[in-house]
Amino acid sequence: MTTYTSNELKAGLKIILENEPFNIVENEFVKPGKGQAFNRVKLRNLLNGRVIDRTFKASESVEAADVIEFEMQYLYNDGVHWHFMHPETYEQYAVNAPIMENAAKWLTPQAMCLVTIWNNTAITVLPPKQVVLQVAQTEPGIRGDTATGGSKPATLSTGAVVRVPLFINEGDFIKVDTREETYTARAKGP
Amino acid sequence: MWQPTASLQNLAQRAEVLCKIRHFFAERHILEVETPLLSGATNPDPNLDSLSLSLARNTAHAKTYYLQTSPEFAMKRLLAAGSGPIYQICKAFRDGEHGRLHNPEFTLLEWYRPNFTLEELMTEVDALFAWLFSFQKAKRITYADLFQEFLEINPHTADLATLEALARSHNRDAFHHLTLNDKDDWLQLLMTHFIEPFLGFVTPVFVYGYPASQAALAAISKSTPEVAERFEIYMNGIEIGNAFFELTDPASQRRRFEENTQKRQQLKKPVLPFDEHFLQALEHGLPTCSGIAIGLDRLMMVKTGAKTIGEVMAFHIEHA
Repeated sequence: MTTYTSNELKAGLKIILENEPFNIVENEFVKPGKGQAFNRVKLRNLLNGRVIDRTFKASESVEAADVIEFEMQYLYNDGVHWHFMHPETYEQYAVNAPIMENAAKWLTPQAMCLVTIWNNTAITVLPPKQVVLQVAQTEPGIRGDTATGGSKPATLSTGAVVRVPLFINEGDFIKVDTREETYTARAKGP
Repeated sequence: MWQPTASLQNLAQRAEVLCKIRHFFAERHILEVETPLLSGATNPDPNLDSLSLSLARNTAHAKTYYLQTSPEFAMKRLLAAGSGPIYQICKAFRDGEHGRLHNPEFTLLEWYRPNFTLEELMTEVDALFAWLFSFQKAKRITYADLFQEFLEINPHTADLATLEALARSHNRDAFHHLTLNDKDDWLQLLMTHFIEPFLGFVTPVFVYGYPASQAALAAISKSTPEVAERFEIYMNGIEIGNAFFELTDPASQRRRFEENTQKRQQLKKPVLPFDEHFLQALEHGLPTCSGIAIGLDRLMMVKTGAKTIGEVMAFHIEHA
């Protein structure tokens, strides 16, 4: 078992608390001139995304989480699980729907996602930062109204809804920033 | 990575502050002194971790020396020798102290005033801050009033369980797992988490009347409750300095070293030799005096608005 001492905890390190994996967000060293030193740590629970505060005595021992991140290819979804494959080992992972909550609406088969594995189970899935998707439904644009820089909602082939410029039509391909959930440009094709 | 961590502008301000500090003390006829950074003994306070090194004075006998955690013992030896009022600007070293407000090597401004009460020393600190920064006079408040104001609790009478429950009621996640065996540790947790970050934004704040159990090297009052004759300075939510009406009784001092040693053993920290030179000086006679240490780097953070200590020192430890 790998351990860290609490004053070694730096943003990005992963640890286990009460059997759950956490990612360190920040660590502030607090010490009165005459007295006990503490580490005030902010951590994100990797299972539910919640950020909590935790104060440790300086030099307390903390268990490191055996967490690994892989780029994996999205294969398909069978209604219950989302299936991913490691591109080199061809090992497949089935991911539960709740973990896919934020990623699902951006994914088309073969998309490369950043999958976090803990205890051989996928716990988070990040979609590619930029995806190209086809517009499934949107109101027709009004010609000549480009000066106002107006926008309208468009439903994409995966079900996601983003605001697009008025000149975008059904069947067009567009680039979307998945972190910001915003349209970035028109694309030539998939 | 070779570049300084402080801007050249901050370094210029630092030089100017150093110059003004020396002017302030010269005008008051306080003698500037330099004492060794390396000493054969160090402060056994269990919350201070001294750095040590080995000096091979001859090839057969290497001797351990400690880098000072503050110049306090050496300066008190000068006072016992009849130096009169003295000040020093020097480096101090504390292992394991590293963060936004901490660097393992830092600069202290420390001075001693024979025959001064703590109130008189507070007034002198006000004068120094007015001279350096045009700050207004500090607000003076007791430790008890401060806890009453922020947490509605009496820090002198509350027991460990009450303090623990109070901390947990403020943030269950942060403290529910934490075990602290000492009431003072909970008081310090409450102070650093819920009080200190809010102190000293309008004027500096002097907090005095600490629990007797947090006396360190301060005398204990004969009042009820007994309190440590000590004050701390806070500015912009940062602890800037600490002052004592100094403990002069050699027997009490030795007893505190022994208590420190017991605590070190409990914590499985190295046991340190007592500074017998310092104890001998107390036996010879330390004049009644008040003394204070101010973190010069933190003072510069207040002056420049820096967010991290590295912004006011030429090279932070990660670039040193």
